[in-house]
Amino acid sequence: MFHWLERNPFFFAVGVFLVVAYAGVVTILPDFMESARPVAGTKPYTVLELAGRQIYIKDSCNACHSQLVRPFKSETDRYGMYSLSGEYAYDRPFLWGSKRTGPDLMRVGNYRTSDWHEYHMAKPTDVVPGSIMPAYKHMFSNNADIETAYAEAYTVKTVFNVPYDKPDMPKLGTFDQAKKEAFDAAAVIVADMKSTEVKEAFKRGEIKEIVALIAYLNSLK
Amino acid sequence: MQEKNALNYDYTVAKCFTYATILFGIIGMLIGVVIAYQMAFPQLNYLAGEYGTYSRLRPLHTSGVIFGFLLSGIFATWYYVGQRVLKVSMAESKFLMVIGKLHFWVYMIVILTAVVTLFMGISTSKEYAELEWPLDIAVVVLWVLWGISIFGLVGIRREKTLYISMWYYIATFLGVAMLWIFNNMEVPTFLVAGMGKWYHSVSMYAGTNDAMVQWWYGHNAVAFVFTVPIIAMIYYFLPKESGQPVFSYKLSLLSFWGLMFVYLWAGGHHLLFSTVPDWVQTMGSIFSVILILPSWGSAINMLLTMKGQWGQLKENPLVKFMVLASTFYMLSTLEGPIQAIKSVNALAHFTDWIPGHVHDGTLGWVGFMTMAALYHMAPRMYKRELYSKKLMDSQFWLQTTGIVMYFSSMWIAGITQGMMWRATDQFGNLAYSFIDTVTVLIPYYALRATGGLLYLIGFFMFTYNMYKTMTASKAIASEPQNASPMAA
Repeated sequence: MFHWLERNPFFFAVGVFLVVAYAGVVTILPDFMESARPVAGTKPYTVLELAGRQIYIKDSCNACHSQLVRPFKSETDRYGMYSLSGEYAYDRPFLWGSKRTGPDLMRVGNYRTSDWHEYHMAKPTDVVPGSIMPAYKHMFSNNADIETAYAEAYTVKTVFNVPYDKPDMPKLGTFDQAKKEAFDAAAVIVADMKSTEVKEAFKRGEIKEIVALIAYLNSLK
Repeated sequence: MQEKNALNYDYTVAKCFTYATILFGIIGMLIGVVIAYQMAFPQLNYLAGEYGTYSRLRPLHTSGVIFGFLLSGIFATWYYVGQRVLKVSMAESKFLMVIGKLHFWVYMIVILTAVVTLFMGISTSKEYAELEWPLDIAVVVLWVLWGISIFGLVGIRREKTLYISMWYYIATFLGVAMLWIFNNMEVPTFLVAGMGKWYHSVSMYAGTNDAMVQWWYGHNAVAFVFTVPIIAMIYYFLPKESGQPVFSYKLSLLSFWGLMFVYLWAGGHHLLFSTVPDWVQTMGSIFSVILILPSWGSAINMLLTMKGQWGQLKENPLVKFMVLASTFYMLSTLEGPIQAIKSVNALAHFTDWIPGHVHDGTLGWVGFMTMAALYHMAPRMYKRELYSKKLMDSQFWLQTTGIVMYFSSMWIAGITQGMMWRATDQFGNLAYSFIDTVTVLIPYYALRATGGLLYLIGFFMFTYNMYKTMTASKAIASEPQNASPMAA
């Protein structure tokens, strides 16, 4: 049979493809629906949080920080409750990471505050002596992209039925409504911050990247 | 072995991809060395403002070496090996020449655009699939062009039986096509919402499912880019360079079909103790261990091809590169399954042992084999002997030292880190704060970066040797049968 396949490239290719594709079908499909189901209490991200999440991705925070607490005592002691599948139901993409050069951030919102993040992102070694994390000063001067964040929320609501605007769920509404919500949420964070650059900009109607990022990090619980 | 009136093979496209391999090799490895030093000396993060942080550069390093250096290496060898094992010249088909050149230029545009967009932070965050949707589509186009080139050449072949290397090239094409398409399924947000950045997209899969698809892709991108095409190379270049027939056809059959079937199951080992279903995790573990069989099958087949001819290691640095590549392949494919065992993974996952494992495979197996292949091709493509054997030998030892430094330091670093994360004091409380587990690693990070630097210097020696071979070396009258001619 193999000799015959080696003389018939078409059937050879078909054979290879079937053998290669087999495992994916068997391992991914059976639990697909169940894995997509949210655990009670999980909510989609607000527009400001989503804008922060996009910055997290833009600067590849996931290259060094995981968002996955494994079910070991040493991890639950350090980071909190181990992860449940349903907690990730609104994570597109998932951000588990594959390397912990820095600590896990799955539940960082439980034990860090807005001003801690502000100092830390401006100069990590001020807060954590010995840290090898770079400072992210550009987040204090770049503006967060609320429009793209809204576009993303609107897309997942439309295409994947993510439950925005449902009872007890984050509001999305029109862009103007969403923008107002985002500014209200940002105002709370800006009030906690010390940076005059960020405060001045906010008065001018600009939300800096750092504000959105902090909103996202605070939402990780 | 060679026919009297040998075909006049056309190496235009093979040469183009050879230059690309060297160019992207330098870029990708240079960024690798920079980010390795950044971990030891964080001040190096501020050389280029927003664009120079470790986190921005890391996807550039991985994509640069995988899709820049290695992919062009694979294409370069394909446009060389394909004609020869199918006994047909590219020059015989105008159509295939056009496709080949188009393939090259589309490839260059895609990779250069990828470099720019990754610097800008345009990323989907999925490892080795960071590119946004417009580039994902462009990659599909270039892949289809490669497919046309493969099956077009197969269509007009004179040698009816596909040689082993051909199996692996075809498998590379099919495997990557499937993985790439399914992992990059995403919805462009602008097309739905009509606002925001036009190139932004959101993944079709959420959370655990996204992780499953990503590591089904991520692990098998390793399979179909770092393994399958490299085996295609070694099955052609080692027998050719050494003049020895492949040890066993049956072993190559078993290894090929075994690898095709088993590899795809192993992706679950990236997700042990995560929230993916437990049975998928265990399957990932088990199949990773089984994967030793086809992997070692190929490696042993190559080593036994050299049976009774070990003297060639002394005379021919190219054989040395390829034999060590096989050996590193064996090391790496033993180490991988060990890390996939659940209790070991509990310790190793998230630590530096993982990049350590990746790099003994990529630097030792992939890098050595690719460079040896290009060294073998150069005298045939440029009709000149290789410029310097001595330089090649020095390169070999320098890079081997670099690799050993790299993986030894990362093994120690990884296990140290894993042990410290779980260490408790006499009351059962965690013994170390996280930062303790970082600062302790700095010496190992410095050592690792220096190992990488040695490898990079070796790559510059390779570049110089290739450049001199192309431009200044002694011309040869006829094509060498086996051992590549080289000046002392």
